Amino acid sequence: MSSPPATAHARTAAASARELLGVGALTNASLTTWLHGLPGVDHVGADARAAGLGTRSIKTTSKAWAIDMAISMIDLTTLEGADTEGKVRSLCAKAMTPDPGDPATPRVAAVCVYNDMVAVAVDALKGSHIHVAAVTTAFPSGRATMAVKLTDTRDALRAGANEIDMVIDRGAFLSGRYLQVFNEIAAIKDACTRDAPDGAPAHLKVILETGELVTYDNVRRASWLAMLAGANFIKTSTGKVSPASTAPVAMIMLEAVRDWRDLTGTQIGVKAAGGIRTTKDAMKYLVMVNEIAGDDWIDPAWFRFGASGLLNDLLLQRQKLASGHYSGADYVTID
Amino acid sequence: MAKFEYAPAPESRAVVNIRPSYGLFIGGEFVESTGDSTFKTISPSSEEVLAEITEAGEADIDLAVRAARRAFDGPWGRLSGAERGKYLFRIARILQERAREFAVLETLDNGKPIKESRDVDIPLAAAHFFYHAGWADKLEHAGLSGGSGQPPRPIGVVGQVIPWNFPLLMLSWKIAPALAAGNTVVLKPSKTTPLTALLFAEVCQQADLPAGVVNIITGTGRTGAHLIRHPGVDKIAFTGSTEVGKDIARSIAGTRKRATLELGGKAANIVFDDAAIDQAVEGIVNGIFFNQGHVCCAGSRLLVQENVADDVIMRLKRRLQTLRLGDPMDKNTDVGAINSAAQLARIREMTSVGEAEGATRWSAPCALPERGFWFAPTIFTGVSQAHRIAQEEIFGPVLSVLTFRTPQEAVAKANNTPYGLSAGIWTEKGSRILWMADQLRAGVVWANTFNRFDPTSPFGGYKESGYGREGGRHGLEGYVTTGATR
Amino acid sequence: MSPTATRRKAAEPNAGADQRIEVLKTYKLYIGGAFPRSESGRTYEIHAAGRSGKFLANAAMGSRKDARDAVVAARGAFGKWASATAYNRGQVLYRVAELMEGRRAQFSAEVAAAEGLTPARADKVVSQSIDRWVWYAGWSDKLAQVLGGVNPVAGPYFNISGPEPTGVVAALAPQRSSLLGLVSVLAPIIVSGNTTVVLTSEHRPLPAVTLAEVLATSDVPAGVINLITGRTAEVAPWLASHQDVNAIDLAGAADADGLSWADLERAAAENLKRVLRPAGNDADAVEPDWSRTPDLTRMKAYLETKTVWHPKGR
Repeated sequence: MSSPPATAHARTAAASARELLGVGALTNASLTTWLHGLPGVDHVGADARAAGLGTRSIKTTSKAWAIDMAISMIDLTTLEGADTEGKVRSLCAKAMTPDPGDPATPRVAAVCVYNDMVAVAVDALKGSHIHVAAVTTAFPSGRATMAVKLTDTRDALRAGANEIDMVIDRGAFLSGRYLQVFNEIAAIKDACTRDAPDGAPAHLKVILETGELVTYDNVRRASWLAMLAGANFIKTSTGKVSPASTAPVAMIMLEAVRDWRDLTGTQIGVKAAGGIRTTKDAMKYLVMVNEIAGDDWIDPAWFRFGASGLLNDLLLQRQKLASGHYSGADYVTID
Repeated sequence: MAKFEYAPAPESRAVVNIRPSYGLFIGGEFVESTGDSTFKTISPSSEEVLAEITEAGEADIDLAVRAARRAFDGPWGRLSGAERGKYLFRIARILQERAREFAVLETLDNGKPIKESRDVDIPLAAAHFFYHAGWADKLEHAGLSGGSGQPPRPIGVVGQVIPWNFPLLMLSWKIAPALAAGNTVVLKPSKTTPLTALLFAEVCQQADLPAGVVNIITGTGRTGAHLIRHPGVDKIAFTGSTEVGKDIARSIAGTRKRATLELGGKAANIVFDDAAIDQAVEGIVNGIFFNQGHVCCAGSRLLVQENVADDVIMRLKRRLQTLRLGDPMDKNTDVGAINSAAQLARIREMTSVGEAEGATRWSAPCALPERGFWFAPTIFTGVSQAHRIAQEEIFGPVLSVLTFRTPQEAVAKANNTPYGLSAGIWTEKGSRILWMADQLRAGVVWANTFNRFDPTSPFGGYKESGYGREGGRHGLEGYVTTGATR
Repeated sequence: MSPTATRRKAAEPNAGADQRIEVLKTYKLYIGGAFPRSESGRTYEIHAAGRSGKFLANAAMGSRKDARDAVVAARGAFGKWASATAYNRGQVLYRVAELMEGRRAQFSAEVAAAEGLTPARADKVVSQSIDRWVWYAGWSDKLAQVLGGVNPVAGPYFNISGPEPTGVVAALAPQRSSLLGLVSVLAPIIVSGNTTVVLTSEHRPLPAVTLAEVLATSDVPAGVINLITGRTAEVAPWLASHQDVNAIDLAGAADADGLSWADLERAAAENLKRVLRPAGNDADAVEPDWSRTPDLTRMKAYLETKTVWHPKGR
């Protein structure tokens, strides 16, 4: 529960934060004032807008285009206690060749695994441009000391992960210890720079675990706090808690990154993870990215889907559009 | 060109079967007019002629009123409330069954996006019948006796004239409570949107509604005027312009006819500095651009707190750029066609006035189709109460933006109008919502939402926005009497 | 053909070669949207027109454990049913009426056999039952308007009172009126969002089970209505004393074998259940005339009134 030691990067993050907030010292009180001063979110209105965007009808050519874009935005994920080298290699093979029947099928953006599987994934994906993302910081609960969380992260980096998906401490957030949450994110971000081999900093996704934050006001505040502390991406969920990603929550996070860029000039990505199973779901998210954040976010560099089963549904739909008839489970591979 | 373009997603027209011409629905069947006056109804998005419609003359109106009287004195009048209710339940269920057909027809005839007909107009119309069906045998519980000790009874034959902006929905707001209370009706749909009313006549036949309970007579403004003046009509229900509403009030003066009037508005949508800003922007957009601004209760004046005005307007303009204007039959269209050439002319005239008055005009950059009647969503900033565009109802997708400094000033500006139909309040502070709601002279106050309708929720205006309410327990009042017999 | 008629025909000489043997229905409990037999494995005989007529069927003899399971199901279903929109509940109830109408012949035959009515009279009872259901369906989205309202308190406060469903309601269905009485007790409980466990008429339970089939094939969510057939005197005390039941309708205590409704009311006092007493005085409790249009009593009995204050200020 103690704050991590202030590293150079963390000091820089704090300095930028002080400047943005216009305060002499970054204290819990000043962070609270700033976060609680953000505009509220009306729950019913937000749900209605997200539902309205969900009625967009994406057909024919735009559907085909959107399916390919969605595939290219997937972080193909396996995060199970029973994961083995065999399982991870199999997943990576799928990531490289989603549909052996159609080599024109795009590849996914990344494979997402626990830190002790990173080396296997790196090896299996050699030569491709598919990234390896590791979940760290005592994922999914985040209930461990900072020392453990840092070690977890460094292990993943040394094994070759080029993306780190960390979790925020929800207990700290919900009890109002915003400065602690800030410092933890800044420290992990710092590790992503200093402890990445070959000097190529890993990019940091910060998982808010919106299902535990519950209110939309909290989702907005956690988003802004994570961005302030240096997140490259803000991510909805671990996928281990229900509800995971929902349309309104993702919408609020897209609003956050849009407004953040207007304010600071920095673009930050959004990852929706957990509970996104069908092509229909994916289309709804892409529509939201399009109409809330805009063109610049329609790119795997700025929007991701954390999913496993989604890929096969996208492939089934892709096959249907190509062939003109409905496909079936026998025609997509298991990973 | 955007990265993510939406391919055309047209709703199919195959579900509707529009006849080349229509007669009048009188006494349970379609009959020819006694005269020979007809007119065409067109699709305002393409100017395509949809059908030839009969203009009912005085003789036709007389036949319709007599048919309604016969039904009232006869089969309908003798039915118990419970049996009446079951007819209304049937109608509600058939509307639900034929929902797609009605939605497509409404979009073709009115020009509104299929998404709106499908998701708003038709479901609400069915819900209205469903709600009122349940009142038919419970009128004694509705608190309508006003202390007279007499149970509520129907008035008799009701003449109803409805506008073109929500054709089927306005029909349901009129017919459902009238029938639930035991009246019979002669309804005249608007000249430019008769088709869903004529299809509704078929629903009445499918429900086996006794002949003469519902009569649909199409026609022009003349037809409506004759209906209203017919001596056999006991009560008038009108939704339309304030000007015509005043005419009606004058014409019934000194008679025993009663009227309820639902007229125009120039509602203030008030946004405070502590509003949930993203939802407030949606509420502004919904308030004036939903249904192309053809809404009597539209939030046509934005009153924004001065300290957040620039930010709100920036976000509003950005939001308007994602509005999709075009073919109403495309499922992704947000803004459809203006209902008629006449209405388009009016909107253009008023926007010229706005510019001449010195307000700053900004329109969403959208390509307007070649054929049809179209107007891009438009905002005027720098508007003040002295401007005509802050006072007169434009009835189109044109928003006038004014500022205020304090809640009192917002109230004063909001109330500074002869109208009083609706108002919107955007703030996260509950006590302010309730204080404002108390102060606003408007029949419907929406807080942190806008343009929400429900059959249980009474709707109607103060001042020159009319009198009487539609929907809810209060809406039944206009259709019953507890006094002396007729 | 009814079970009675089949048996009579089978006993006749020359019956046989051309005769079609009817598939007899099994009458089970209705709990959590499913049709289990009693966990006790017991059944009891149902005879036509109460007790003295021909054998009709073996009904499940519900036990206290069945009742317990039913209460669990009802409690589980309460949250969602209570928070459904009134419009939705009204539509669900109306749909039940649609399905009842479709099955009227079956209901008619069962009511005739159960109550010893002529076919014409039984038909009338079925019509009344369906119309009663429709009457209640139409109340769903009106109760709040009739029973609630804004209160003009002496201060700058918005103050509103509105009805809310009380929770799980146990009901002893009328002993004599096997369908109309049942519907008149059941519909007012659920229309406002309560869920229920109904102990059917002891000797005339078959129409209730057929109603359960209608409920199972309509849009009524599982657990909202649970129906238990069996001995009223055996099961009723367990419902009356159950601490997770919020209210109890004692209509079926009138004319029930071996039951004192005063005892039930005493047991209900343990958690201050809202109690709807049977009509009439004390031991002379009788069933009311179910054919009369009801008032709001049976709906109000299971509604709490919530009053909310909020200041009005700038």
